[in-house]
Amino acid sequence: MNTVNAVVQGVLLGGLYALVAAGLSLVFGVMRIVNLAHGVLAVLAAYGSLLLGEHLGWNPFLSLLVVVPAMAALGYALQRALLDRALRGGELAPLLVTFGLAIVIQNLLLETFSADTQRLDVGAFGGASIELTDGLAIGWFPLLAAAAGVLVIAGLGQFLARTRTGRAMRATSDDQEAAQLMGIDNRRLYAVATAIALGTVAIAGVFLGSRSTFDPSAGATTLIFAFEAVVIGGLGSLWGTLLGGVVLGVAQGLGAAIDPAYGVLAGHLVFLAVLAVRPRGLLPSAVTA
Amino acid sequence: MSELTNEHSRSANATDERQRGGHVSSAPLLHVDDVDAGYGDVPALRGLTVTVAEGETLAVIGANGAGKSTLLKTIAGVLRPTRGEVRFDGRVVTALSAHQRVGSGISLCPEGRRLFPSLTVEENLQVGAYARRPGPWDLPAVYELFPLVAERRARPAANLSGGEQQAVAIGRSLMANPRLLLLDEVSLGLAPVIVRQLYAALPRITEQGTTVLVVEQDVHQAISVADRVQCLLEGRTVLEGAADRIDPAELAAAYFGVRR
Amino acid sequence: MTGVQPAAGATRPAGTTPPKVRRGGRSARIGAVAMVAVVAVLVYLPFMSSRGTQIDLVGLFSLVVLGTMWNLLAGYGGMISIGQQAFIGIGGYGLVYLATNLGLDPFLAVPVAAVVCGLVAWPTSYLAFRLTGGYFAIGTWVIAEVVRLLVTQVDAVGAGSGASLTAFSGLDPVFRIAYVYWMSLTIAVVVVLGVYLLMRSRTGLALTAIRDDPTAAASSGVAVDRAKRLVYVVAAAGCGLAGAMIVANTLRVQPGSIFSVDYSAMMIFIVVIGGIGTIEGPLVGAIVFYLLQDTLAELGNWYLVVVGVVAVVITLVAPKGLWGLTRGRVELFPVGYRVGPRG
Ligand SMILES: Nc1ncnc2c1ncn2[C@@H]1O[C@H](COP(=O)(O)OP(=O)(O)O)[C@@H](O)[C@H]1O
Ligand SMILES: [Mg+2]
Repeated sequence: MNTVNAVVQGVLLGGLYALVAAGLSLVFGVMRIVNLAHGVLAVLAAYGSLLLGEHLGWNPFLSLLVVVPAMAALGYALQRALLDRALRGGELAPLLVTFGLAIVIQNLLLETFSADTQRLDVGAFGGASIELTDGLAIGWFPLLAAAAGVLVIAGLGQFLARTRTGRAMRATSDDQEAAQLMGIDNRRLYAVATAIALGTVAIAGVFLGSRSTFDPSAGATTLIFAFEAVVIGGLGSLWGTLLGGVVLGVAQGLGAAIDPAYGVLAGHLVFLAVLAVRPRGLLPSAVTA
Repeated sequence: MSELTNEHSRSANATDERQRGGHVSSAPLLHVDDVDAGYGDVPALRGLTVTVAEGETLAVIGANGAGKSTLLKTIAGVLRPTRGEVRFDGRVVTALSAHQRVGSGISLCPEGRRLFPSLTVEENLQVGAYARRPGPWDLPAVYELFPLVAERRARPAANLSGGEQQAVAIGRSLMANPRLLLLDEVSLGLAPVIVRQLYAALPRITEQGTTVLVVEQDVHQAISVADRVQCLLEGRTVLEGAADRIDPAELAAAYFGVRR
Repeated sequence: MTGVQPAAGATRPAGTTPPKVRRGGRSARIGAVAMVAVVAVLVYLPFMSSRGTQIDLVGLFSLVVLGTMWNLLAGYGGMISIGQQAFIGIGGYGLVYLATNLGLDPFLAVPVAAVVCGLVAWPTSYLAFRLTGGYFAIGTWVIAEVVRLLVTQVDAVGAGSGASLTAFSGLDPVFRIAYVYWMSLTIAVVVVLGVYLLMRSRTGLALTAIRDDPTAAASSGVAVDRAKRLVYVVAAAGCGLAGAMIVANTLRVQPGSIFSVDYSAMMIFIVVIGGIGTIEGPLVGAIVFYLLQDTLAELGNWYLVVVGVVAVVITLVAPKGLWGLTRGRVELFPVGYRVGPRG
């Protein structure tokens, strides 16, 4: 029963990992950069929600209405002010800049909020659960968080598949110069992609911060888990990423069921195993995005 | 679509006016003025001047490496000239980026087609219309022009044959409803039959009033569709003239850079 | 196809002599003399300075080694790693385990620990090299996390709480500190010179080719792969040396700190601030970082904020770092060739 429970919890957690990962993949797909600050930006969103809760008494769900647009705006500005410039500096510059940014944001959070662990309070709802059999209960909140993750990923998939801007992003991902020849302003598109990525990571950050505790250094593991979800699932495939997140969540859940200290380690080992035997991931996309 | 004959005579008139050497009443649609361009330290265009009148079809020919693609990239804005100006419709567009030039009516169908492989054929065409310029070309019009493309509309672009891909690439450029269409080596890697079929579509394009600049290594193909021919060698013009009056021997010499 | 290529030489006016290609020059000779003098002073230092100064300088030497290794990876190998703390930790723990648990002489244990790092890095590279660019960076980080989590499970080295290096306990602190100082100085000199010689070798040539033109270099794939793997293994061993130095200096190893990603942050900042892709850059960066660290220590976490902002600004505005400001006028380690007028 313990095992079943671990699997169920892992699946639910995987939805959120995949949501963080989706933003990472989107930015990588469109402009071929890995935003090393992606994880700490999720944490930043959680702190934003925390502030709104503390000062205005807002519930984390309500705070999304402010945090998500604010993070999206930050993403747009970040792209325009820093990352565009970094993109022109060759292959290493974006990595150096986003890593520097991660360190800066993390330490600013540390200065502002101290290293104390925090948790967003979703109220009575946080403890409610559905009893399936005895010993196996699914919390309403983890279920909702996972559903939100899947919904946002599905929405992102529809956006990329159906909209004019989504098509332009896929085209740019395939061939940036040819996309410009179609009248696509790649820099505006980059800014929109980063805005979407930060908007989605804000949702993930608030849900993750409500599910479990966080502190300013939580960005590191957030980034790592998202990356593992992407690689396990297969680069360039949103549904693969979702699968990757679920596999990672289940591995962590099963590991932790054996010994709490093995949770994260089990996830890493599954990632390394996939890298060793199936480097293109479990669900590689036909054409890499 | 019914003014086929009208358009045809109009473009012939334009050619005649230019041939008489007199001043064309209005400024040319495109004026590449004394341009230098290149890649790093490698010069590819050296003081090159090219003009195209509205409604005219100009063929730029030349051997491999003559600078033809570089010229088109400079016009489309993918490459910035180090000297000289590009004027389009009387406006200096040298400082405009490639995507802005699409908005003002320049569309380049690049060498090697460069379709978006992960998009379907129809999506490739839709991306072509990204700039949302109004005009005669939309999905039904392109499908009518290339019925084969219509049949393949739901397929990934990467799955098409070379000729089909080239048709999609031309269609994709048309979707931008350009005033000036730049075609770079349509014939590249294609069987002659296929090339003829593709060029057969050209009158249907020019009859819409679209000005066309074709770049070709296939000289005969180029001459057969163009009003005027300009031959490049090492980034300079070595010969130019009306397509129907050009001397084949002289052209061959210019093409290969033989001094006479 | 008959390509019509403009003849590159054709534009040179007739009568001028061809340029002379040379390596180094007067500034390099002066630089070499200055470097030898500085090292000589550093060697003599323990006879005239406090133990505190020596302990501090060992910290600086470890920064020099770390910066030089990270520059070898990123500046020459094109590999951004944020997981070098794996090898810093293995080096540190290796020293403790070999010296305390196995009774090996600690000064012998240091190079042995570095060899262990290299041996761990070699198979690891096959996993890490399946990723490129930013994904490679995070991949190395995951590997470092795995190493940390595994070490935390080993009771023989104190599991989560860490272990002390007791092998020096028979030694008078005055001598211990001086010996560790000289060992660290030796390691720093050997590492910097080693990278210099590596970059002048055929491998260095292959690496320069990768950096300058990845696509052209990729066509000679095997050589490139081998060169990158060599760099990865050498950098791991070098970081292991640094880790061992750090532990020999502080006498304590603790998984949370020795495997901290902050080391990667430090290395990156040292290299970016000093100047990536040059041998001198990390030296300058290490000194600057060392001075900043001392002055900004009171600022607490602000110091990483400041250093982070500086690194971002430098990457965007002056990507060649402080050393780049010399614009190649000064060159202590002439690695490349320079084309100049005859004479
Ligand atoms: N991307 C590039 N980088 C460097 N040189 C180039 C590049 N593209 C073309 N060239 C050089 O510029 C010159 C003109 O090339 P191009 O315009 O492509 O010729 P064409 O299209 O007439 O065959 C040639 O010498 C070619 O080698
Ligand atoms: Mg060409």
